[in-house]
Amino acid sequence: MFTEFLTAVAEHAFLQAALAGGLLASIACGLLGSLVVVNRIAFLAGGIAHSVLAGMGAAHYFGFSPLLGALATALAAALLIGWTRLRYAAREDTLVGAFWAVGMAVGLLFISKTPGYSSDLMSYLFGNILLIPAQSLWLMAAIDLVLIALITVFYRPFLAISFDMEHAALRGVPVMAFYLLMLCLVALTVVLVIQVVGLILVIALLTLPAATAGHYVHSLRQMMLLSVLLGSGFTTAGLALSFGPDLPAGPTIIVLAGAVYLLSTVIRAWALKTRAAKTVNDSLPVNP
Amino acid sequence: MNAVIDMQGVGFAYGLQPVLQDIDLQVSKGEFLAVVGPNAGGKSTLLKVLLGQLQPQYGQVRVLGATPRKARRAIGYVPQYPNFSRDFPISVSEAVALGALGRSGARRNIQAGVYRALQEAEALDLADRPIGSLSGGQLQRVLLARGLVAEPEILILDEPTANIDQRAEGDIFDRLKRLNRRMTLIVVSHDIAFISSYVDRVACLNRTLICHATSAINSAVIHQLYGDHIHAVAHVH
Repeated sequence: MFTEFLTAVAEHAFLQAALAGGLLASIACGLLGSLVVVNRIAFLAGGIAHSVLAGMGAAHYFGFSPLLGALATALAAALLIGWTRLRYAAREDTLVGAFWAVGMAVGLLFISKTPGYSSDLMSYLFGNILLIPAQSLWLMAAIDLVLIALITVFYRPFLAISFDMEHAALRGVPVMAFYLLMLCLVALTVVLVIQVVGLILVIALLTLPAATAGHYVHSLRQMMLLSVLLGSGFTTAGLALSFGPDLPAGPTIIVLAGAVYLLSTVIRAWALKTRAAKTVNDSLPVNP
Repeated sequence: MNAVIDMQGVGFAYGLQPVLQDIDLQVSKGEFLAVVGPNAGGKSTLLKVLLGQLQPQYGQVRVLGATPRKARRAIGYVPQYPNFSRDFPISVSEAVALGALGRSGARRNIQAGVYRALQEAEALDLADRPIGSLSGGQLQRVLLARGLVAEPEILILDEPTANIDQRAEGDIFDRLKRLNRRMTLIVVSHDIAFISSYVDRVACLNRTLICHATSAINSAVIHQLYGDHIHAVAHVH
């Protein structure tokens, strides 16, 4: 089956683009997904992802690029949610929920008032990795480069605010600026990944590889690297699995990532239990 | 006068609830000061004012001749509770190195500083352990190392003995006494009896500064501080 997939990749340009898109998305997801997981802001990232429909709907209606609309809305949502959270310690879950639902509602209103066949709606919501145009690949690569550069340069402050925000502030780190920058990078990642799995499934590709990696690593750097690798594996294998039986690629990728995460969680819990039992056993006095 | 901390007429309220009133407090360079008082007596608020996390509504605060926010980087702070989740993927030495943020210097110097601070906090053997695998007492030593790594002029500790069994309390204060040879120390504690034998001076805080004892604290002061609901326990060493 896998060789069949490989021959198909060699033959069809759209599959090569899909494969490249999946790998480019995995880089962004590994880097920012790790930050999302250790900061416990998966729900916030979900809010940003869903509010993006407002921008895409508006772009659809007014006839400019949906990607541009998505980018603008994602950044605006990230800044507003982040600022309100830090400045007012507002009820973050309520706020995120409001962005989530109102963003989608606004998007649906725009789309319903746009004349013509709105087939795009499904691809906004669920993505279509098999229809990624070449220019989107270039944009995704550019976003990846920006993310890699910023995270390399600001690794320590990002680590500091993620680990202990109060302590980072006491050491003179401009906490607000770095937190907002981090959320903006999450917004960029969301827009990038929407191309591959759509805005509803973004959150899974953002958190599942990083959360799985978190089972095996002891530093943020390792977590980022391992989740890039895991994400690449999930997108490639998901694409291959979906190809034969003609399943939609996005959901196949997500189900695969979820299954591996679940399996990893169970194995880890079992390993911890066994190790604890062994420790207790070893420390018992030995009978003469 | 050689005051590293100078508070004059400081007052702070959360909404309508006054927490600090009329605080005049000077701390000299090299001093070992304990701040004691009942729960909700304003100890944490006083620390937050000193660290520049809260802006008092009244009075003036100078730390090392500057505003608390500007003096931040010259202060080491050891919180009572770790402010991070235990499952964060980070090693002890990496976490301690974050205490050197805001101080310029090559990476090699930071590594040397981390090594020294861990040694001083008697936590060198923990350097490569993941932070989530530490016991309460080990974590306390790691937090101390993080507070020391930037070589602060003032070290502030919030309840350093709260999560530690009594046998280890003496060890901590002996360690602090050694640190006191090169830096000013401020320790917040609820444990008056124990702490007063180690420190130079005790400041008793219950919304306002009740005493400034340089000598031992007698029962009259304790009554004034905690009210009548305290049981005196004979304490013979």
